[in-house]
Amino acid sequence: MAGGKEVRTKIASIKSTQKITSAMEMVAASKMRKAQDRMALGRPYASRIRAVLGHVANASAEYQPIYLQEREVKRVGYILVSTDRGLCGGLNINVFKSVIREMHSWDKQGVGVDICAIGNKAVSFFKNIGGNVVAALRDVGDNPEASKLRGPVKVMVDRLAAGEIDRLYLVSNEFVNTMTQKPQIQQLLPLKKDEDEQRHTWDYLYEPEAVELLDGLLVNYIRSQVYQAVVENKACEQAARMIAMKSATDNAGELIDALQLVYNKARQAAITQELSEIVGGAAAV
Amino acid sequence: MAMTVHCDIVSAEESLFSGLVKMVIVSGVEGEIGISYGHAPLLTAIKPGPVRIIKDSGDEEVLFLSGGYVEIQPNIITVLADVAEREIDEDAAKKAREEAEHALRGAPADIDYTRISAQLAEAEARLRTLQAIRRAAGK
Repeated sequence: MAGGKEVRTKIASIKSTQKITSAMEMVAASKMRKAQDRMALGRPYASRIRAVLGHVANASAEYQPIYLQEREVKRVGYILVSTDRGLCGGLNINVFKSVIREMHSWDKQGVGVDICAIGNKAVSFFKNIGGNVVAALRDVGDNPEASKLRGPVKVMVDRLAAGEIDRLYLVSNEFVNTMTQKPQIQQLLPLKKDEDEQRHTWDYLYEPEAVELLDGLLVNYIRSQVYQAVVENKACEQAARMIAMKSATDNAGELIDALQLVYNKARQAAITQELSEIVGGAAAV
Repeated sequence: MAMTVHCDIVSAEESLFSGLVKMVIVSGVEGEIGISYGHAPLLTAIKPGPVRIIKDSGDEEVLFLSGGYVEIQPNIITVLADVAEREIDEDAAKKAREEAEHALRGAPADIDYTRISAQLAEAEARLRTLQAIRRAAGK
């Protein structure tokens, strides 16, 4: 019989692949729940500090830190959040695509781009395609620690303070729901002023001095935004992996069904052939 | 009806309080401030210590904050805490205080004064908060 054995080994191999993908799906589902919880816990702080900084940007402050000054753009910085591992659908590629698109448009305007890559995938992607990576963080892990992120964030903030870059963006995935994650680009600094709100002529009372206070607050702001992005990206990663593994498991099932059909047909054909040979032999005698 | 204002207290880990308050009392770096409706816009750093929330209903709640920032807007008070605690471990705080005091007393030359005095201040603040919580509960 033609290919009977080969088909059988193929089915066995696909079955074991299917077992792996379905196990990965379940692992991703349980990790996703944890990651989602972590994301939900961090959200109030991140959104509150963003609101506070929004007020600060609208105040006509006595002291304008260098972080808040809108200046001519000669060089921009991107903090790019990606995953450590693959097998999570188009999650990373979508983010990279949106960054590359931005980089092209900056390039046309003659603006340079500095990149801070977080996560193994971003690090190796930009190593391959080239790009000015000024800071990188590998192995973020399943449970991202805020302290790990401080180094790369500091590099970018220092560059901004030194005037080496004029704008800082944060690129990561937004967790819409389990099925949908979409890349988002967020301008961190300088803070975007609210154009609708009329120019206020008020200022805060500062305790202690405005300089110390605002600098500290801004660093906290950037840290919290990056941390939140990393945590959210983690939830996105697990959700995307869960979906990718689910469809891989389904596809493996379909493949097995199709191969089973081929195998059965081959077996039938072999039996029929054998029978007709026996009948033919008997008739000849 | 007393004048109330919305107040949000969030830490990096969670949201601790959100609602209408009559007054919030926090320990700012330059002294305690009581904030009620109509306070001028203010931005301040806070040092380790208790934050007392006098709610709309007149109930009082006390939390411990290890530091952070307070922002006051005419219609909202936002407390951004580094670490906030509802429950305070008295024994751990006492132990931390003793350790810090011990380290300061037997001070070798290369001791990190800033770190240890910060630790001492934090332990003291925890214990003060605990007293405030008891006072609020006993009332």
